[in-house]
Amino acid sequence: MAVAWYEIVRDVLKRHDVSLVTYVPDNVLRPLIEAIHADPFFTAFACTREEEALGIGAGAYMGGLRGILLMQTSGFATLPNVLASLSVPFGIPTLMMVSERGTLGEFNIGQQLVARTMRPVLDALNIESHTMTRLDEAEFILDRALVQAFATMAPCCFILSPLLTGGKIFAK
Amino acid sequence: MTALANHPANRDSAKTMNRYDIAKRMVGLLHRDEAVIGGIGYTNFDLWAASDSPHGRRPQNFYMLGSMGLAVPIALGVAIAQPHRKVFALEGDGSVLMQLGSLSTVAARAPKNLCIVIMDNGAYQITGGQLTATAHGADIVGIAQASGLAQSAWAADEDAFVELAGLALTEDGPWLIGCRIDNEKPKDTTERDPARIRDGFMRGLGSGQAGGRGSA
Repeated sequence: MAVAWYEIVRDVLKRHDVSLVTYVPDNVLRPLIEAIHADPFFTAFACTREEEALGIGAGAYMGGLRGILLMQTSGFATLPNVLASLSVPFGIPTLMMVSERGTLGEFNIGQQLVARTMRPVLDALNIESHTMTRLDEAEFILDRALVQAFATMAPCCFILSPLLTGGKIFAK
Repeated sequence: MTALANHPANRDSAKTMNRYDIAKRMVGLLHRDEAVIGGIGYTNFDLWAASDSPHGRRPQNFYMLGSMGLAVPIALGVAIAQPHRKVFALEGDGSVLMQLGSLSTVAARAPKNLCIVIMDNGAYQITGGQLTATAHGADIVGIAQASGLAQSAWAADEDAFVELAGLALTEDGPWLIGCRIDNEKPKDTTERDPARIRDGFMRGLGSGQAGGRGSA
């Protein structure tokens, strides 16, 4: 039986004891959000802003609880200041999962433009990032990157390509 | 809720108190290793100053060096991670105005162990005293109540603050205490080594270095 990308994500997060999931929702992330809410292992809730979701995750980490932040591409664009002033200098392994908009069939010009800022910001802050495109690589990437993020106390961003998720389809 | 019947003060009637004095009184009430998250600016500086003692500086404090507005979210995260520890967020009016949505998130999660203390002088004092919206009538306690934080009150004076903070330490939260404060300069400035601040805080919370550098 085929395993879906979001089931792989859910299972690898559990294996690494990442139980707090803070998010600003997105249609592409919806099956993952639903799978996480359906599993009592996780504490998951929506936040009003991505910065807030990051702050909650940072506090939880310092209190001994691992978490991940889910958002869409435009939400990531609200984070550079808090990544540069909280996660990176304090050595907090902020985990981010971003559903990639702005490419491979984008229909919203704002999404297309803001998406261009994501990888330059990650590179400028020297934050590890992985664009996930293939189902057969998903588990390996997530598993190894989570080990590294916690061992080196460094943030990590997983960019979920439409090649993996199907993305958001243009519908008139 | 009934306890707040004794605290009917509004922003206009609340006494203008001193930031350092309030921080000192708050720290003086903390005897069970409660966590305190300091937002940026003079609020943070006076928390630092108030947390020194002949026995050293209390290690359960976290000091932000940027990330304006995130004291409440960080405190919520600590409160979720350690539900048996009381957690305080100490934040300025300008900072909380930047992240008002976090008040409704706190209300939705309803952590029993979280108390938010707002130091409101109606100004972005560290940048030159420009007025914030609270100087024009925005009421943080009213905003908090409307966000779902029913146990929110202005401290009418220093004694009322101590009583409210005492309630937050003994009764289920979440709580929010509004303090009107003056424009006096802070007593000191925080250290600026983020790795040290984080490491000290985590050790103070008993969660230091789990899975981190040095364990491999």
